[in-house]
Amino acid sequence: MSTDTISPDHASVSNLCWPGDLTRVPFWAYRDRDLPKLEQQRIFEGAVWNFLCLESEIPDPGDWRATVVGRTPVVVARDADGTIAAFENRCAHRGALICLDDSGRGAKDFQCVYHAWCYDLRGNLRSVAFQRGVNGKGGMPPGFRVQDHGPRKLRTTTLHGLVFGTFANDTPPIEEFLGSDVLARFDRVLGGRKIEIIGRFVEVLPNNWKLYAENARDSYHASLLHLFFATFRLNRLSQGGGLTVSPNGGCSVSETIAPTEAVDRSYDGMRSAADDYRLEDLRMIDVVDEHLDRVRHQIVTVFPNFVLQKTQNAMALRFFTPAGVDRTNLEWIFFAYVDDTPEMRKRRLRHLNLGGPAGFVSMEDGCVGGFVERGITTAEDGAAIVEMGGAGVESQPTRATEAAVRGFWSMWRGMMGI
Amino acid sequence: MSAVLRVAELNAAYAQTIDSDRLESWPDFFIEDCLYKITSADNHKRGYSAGIVYADSRAMLRDRVTALRTANIYERQSYRHIIGLPLIGATNPSGIAAETPFLVARIMRDGRTDVFATGVYLDVIRDDARGLRFAERVVVCDSRHFDTLLAIPL
Ligand code: FES
Ligand SMILES: [Fe+2]
Repeated sequence: MSTDTISPDHASVSNLCWPGDLTRVPFWAYRDRDLPKLEQQRIFEGAVWNFLCLESEIPDPGDWRATVVGRTPVVVARDADGTIAAFENRCAHRGALICLDDSGRGAKDFQCVYHAWCYDLRGNLRSVAFQRGVNGKGGMPPGFRVQDHGPRKLRTTTLHGLVFGTFANDTPPIEEFLGSDVLARFDRVLGGRKIEIIGRFVEVLPNNWKLYAENARDSYHASLLHLFFATFRLNRLSQGGGLTVSPNGGCSVSETIAPTEAVDRSYDGMRSAADDYRLEDLRMIDVVDEHLDRVRHQIVTVFPNFVLQKTQNAMALRFFTPAGVDRTNLEWIFFAYVDDTPEMRKRRLRHLNLGGPAGFVSMEDGCVGGFVERGITTAEDGAAIVEMGGAGVESQPTRATEAAVRGFWSMWRGMMGI
Repeated sequence: MSAVLRVAELNAAYAQTIDSDRLESWPDFFIEDCLYKITSADNHKRGYSAGIVYADSRAMLRDRVTALRTANIYERQSYRHIIGLPLIGATNPSGIAAETPFLVARIMRDGRTDVFATGVYLDVIRDDARGLRFAERVVVCDSRHFDTLLAIPL
């Protein structure tokens, strides 16, 4: 874990110079102390769709959930007419949180605890306690109008039961933002299905949030770092599959297709396939081909900080937010279909051993970001090589590529103006 | 010996097995048809069924040990379990119910020691000719935050 707190020399973004094209990522991009503030303004509050919550978490009017957009606290609430509103969780009076808890049901309105200013379910300021004072004394000046004040609002949209929000006016519709290929993978897993949360955990990562954003898009590392499948001879990079990058560069899909050949020698001699280990309980991998397409593993990323994953029959949303320049909160939301049979539900619980902070496949993702942070402690002038599969950001029929990582940076640079 | 003492002794042996890195013996504390799950108090309260570890057979526990030994990459680390006294509940055909608080410190390769997890074990303990073994051990962590990763079982 990084204990280094010395700021890089770079004083402001104007001094930050990107050395060339997308095949080199300067290490200051993970470490510069000025970047979080700019990323908040230009990325998280820019023209992106931020994941907010599941619709099923706020089914009825007055149900609400608190979350963050980047580092900005936000409330998502179901209004009386069934629409979903979202607004900054910051009182217009003196800035206290309006909602303290994580979630609630059936609220009529929101009242700030500090001085009881009151907001409706859309975040409009409705009343100010003692606005006209007490016994003719004190109170707000006569010209103070509640409708002139209130927290910033987000526009919301939904996609197959997921709620997204944006602070920007010019964010394109989410279907356009994702592009048709990425959208099709949302349809594959979520289309026409009712989903429910079956587990929710936070993994605290010792690294900058963008190292995790890269990791989720990095189809190259999957079978090299994660040896679970290779050790038990269950998965190979030479298996079918590929990588799709959205037109805006920031979103992607990585897919693996079930193997066809019985014998695969592409990993022989590598650390990952040294011995012949076998699982004792094969129910860890007893996949049912739910979508009849033989896709075993699908990772969908949405710029900037959201992942939809289906691995075998396990399904998860991942949502990661910066908690400091070298700290990231990775939230895992395990979900299932409401109409699962009991057998399928049990199967999902077993397959979920692959994901999360203790996941056979994902536990390594929790620590590699920290390994990079520690490796680059004094290397602000250095750069990472991101050149697998060339220099472009186009889709490729292989996972031995870093195209989606470059796609992330192309969108990041465009929005940051760097 | 009272149930409290017998369960406390079982927990002491369980802790020593994990903390002294004898993970290969850890599955032996469970019956073949067991449930071992790690979750958080918040998840438990909401009735969420998924855990960050979910094993419903002893074979799955052995698979986890094999994976930790041969497949998974993580920095060298160890735990120190401090396990409180069990509160013994009802005894029924499936076993003795017990609820026991724990604190686990994690010692990292670079020398750092942190409180890694606190919580309670919610157990159902089979008592037969082979002694006490867990039919069910649900590890309910107080916090839903897990630092970096969880490799070694709690
Ligand atoms: S800070 Fe909210 S009412 Fe004063
Ligand atoms: Fe990974």
